[in-house]
Amino acid sequence: MTAVENVRQTNEGAQEMRSRSEIGARELLREVGAVLRMSEAEAAKLGQIPVDPDEDQTMIINMGPQHPSTHGVLRLMLELQGETVLRCKPIIGYLHTGMEKTGEELTFLQGGTNVTRMDYLSPLNNELVFSMAVEKLLGIENDIPERAVWMRMLLSELNRMSSHLLFLATNGMDIGAVSMMLYGWREREEVLRFFQKVTGLRMNHNFIRPGGLAADLPAGWRDDVLSILEMLPPRLAEYDILMTDQPIWRERLQGVGVITADEALALGTSGPILRSTGVAWDLRRDQPYLRYDQVEFDVIVGTYGDAFDRYAIRLNEIRESIRIVYQILDRMPLGDYRIQNKKVTPPPRARIDESMEALIHHFKIFTEGFKVPEGEVYVGIESPRGEIGCYIVSDGGPKPYRIHMRAPSFVNIQALPHMMRGGLVADAVAVISSVDPVLGEVDR
Amino acid sequence: MTDVQEAPQPETLHGSPVSYSRGQKVVHPSRADYVKVLKKLLDDGFAMCSDLTAVDYLTHPGRELPSGVDAERFEVVLNLTSIATRDRIRVRVQVPESDATIASVFELWPGTEAMEREVFDMYGVSFDGHPDLTRILMPEDWDGHPLRKDYSVGRIPVQFKGANS
Repeated sequence: MTAVENVRQTNEGAQEMRSRSEIGARELLREVGAVLRMSEAEAAKLGQIPVDPDEDQTMIINMGPQHPSTHGVLRLMLELQGETVLRCKPIIGYLHTGMEKTGEELTFLQGGTNVTRMDYLSPLNNELVFSMAVEKLLGIENDIPERAVWMRMLLSELNRMSSHLLFLATNGMDIGAVSMMLYGWREREEVLRFFQKVTGLRMNHNFIRPGGLAADLPAGWRDDVLSILEMLPPRLAEYDILMTDQPIWRERLQGVGVITADEALALGTSGPILRSTGVAWDLRRDQPYLRYDQVEFDVIVGTYGDAFDRYAIRLNEIRESIRIVYQILDRMPLGDYRIQNKKVTPPPRARIDESMEALIHHFKIFTEGFKVPEGEVYVGIESPRGEIGCYIVSDGGPKPYRIHMRAPSFVNIQALPHMMRGGLVADAVAVISSVDPVLGEVDR
Repeated sequence: MTDVQEAPQPETLHGSPVSYSRGQKVVHPSRADYVKVLKKLLDDGFAMCSDLTAVDYLTHPGRELPSGVDAERFEVVLNLTSIATRDRIRVRVQVPESDATIASVFELWPGTEAMEREVFDMYGVSFDGHPDLTRILMPEDWDGHPLRKDYSVGRIPVQFKGANS
């Protein structure tokens, strides 16, 4: 293909939502529900709104990208008839920084610093899925020391808690319960303080690496985790009083942004959105990784698929994570925190002082990186937002030939038009919030 | 007893060759069979299309493929999940550079709408039958497709205003 042709192809069309007079029936049908394999008549019945209002009765407005409740730089174009949302189109890309392209330029050892910044609210899960994919390519996924595996589980579950606590905070603020924002942030900070003690950073840790972890847990970690686990349940009970049992809270969330199981599956959503429709799908249970098959926990599901179910699922998932972490504390084995494989692991610091080979080896690993055999692999795990997947193609060199992250928010956000259709514009904020998108991950 | 052994029949699924990559099952349909095979996989219970992406094999042409599959520059990769059997399967389709188009699977999994737009945006592979094929991550007036291997990193000219040149 010539360069000119290549350029020509790029002007395929505008990204924005266009008015009804400008678009064909097919595109309109996509907006109003052909997405879900419905006939036009069925789609029209949704929400009992006029099928084809006149142009002068509707208006198209922008929500975002600079809107406080769009969690970053999400821009929604809404077609409104009075207070009713007829159509909605998410426009994304404002935070696109080409992280997948950057990933091709970084070695497998550096890759963690890149992927950890994608979903910046659950960085440890990003690192985990990346490391697991690299380990699978290396063929060492079964040789990771037990302690490293259980440490990964500990960090992953604590990260789930901190992410869901932040969801509770922002969800509360979006609906108008501003005190909840302070509480959620306060509790999350306790978890981040533990992360800081372990990894040295509050966020973007680059702690879980191919082959194991960067360091062992610090002295006194058990007491720190226990103090978090003891602090949280009474606070969660307070949230129940503040929000779950409160009539205003229920009025604002119940029956808002409803999605059915078939629709959620067809749209590819995962995590709390899929579970809110009653589909008990949790990769921790259904395709167990790490040692999730050896701990006991319940998969929380909803019934109605509305914003309230999604809130309640996340709240209760914190309780399940607490349950899991208690079991991890009981079973945390002693041993190595990373694999002792000369191909992947740098030598211990003490060896560098006494051995020339160790010094060269250390230098080689951090400058060249380690080579990963040719092949391609996809690994998916359950992040707080749903299935986060990592697809890596290696050409046998020290850098990934292609690294693609399947970002749960990117897929979940495509369910927004369907959830909002026929709802009120005031509920739009509640719907966005209940999807809990992280724009760093949507745009990558 | 004879030394003659029957050549092992290559494994196929819905008429397309199957390979295994690190224990994961991969189907390699041709571009013509693409939608047909995916339709059958959907009927088999792969109700969720977890991921749709592409790879540009411009600088790594000699990859391993089952016999009967000719390597092309682009490859569209789908990861399907079955909720019922808790199973995953991967589909890899070769897309030539000279005619970088492939049918859209929007009708089968509406959730692929955004993913196909992303592949179009990043690789310039067009999807026939996609309802709204526009750029999704890059600005709509952007030139070129950034994840192609011949699109170099850091090519944007930076001009410092007020600096003496």
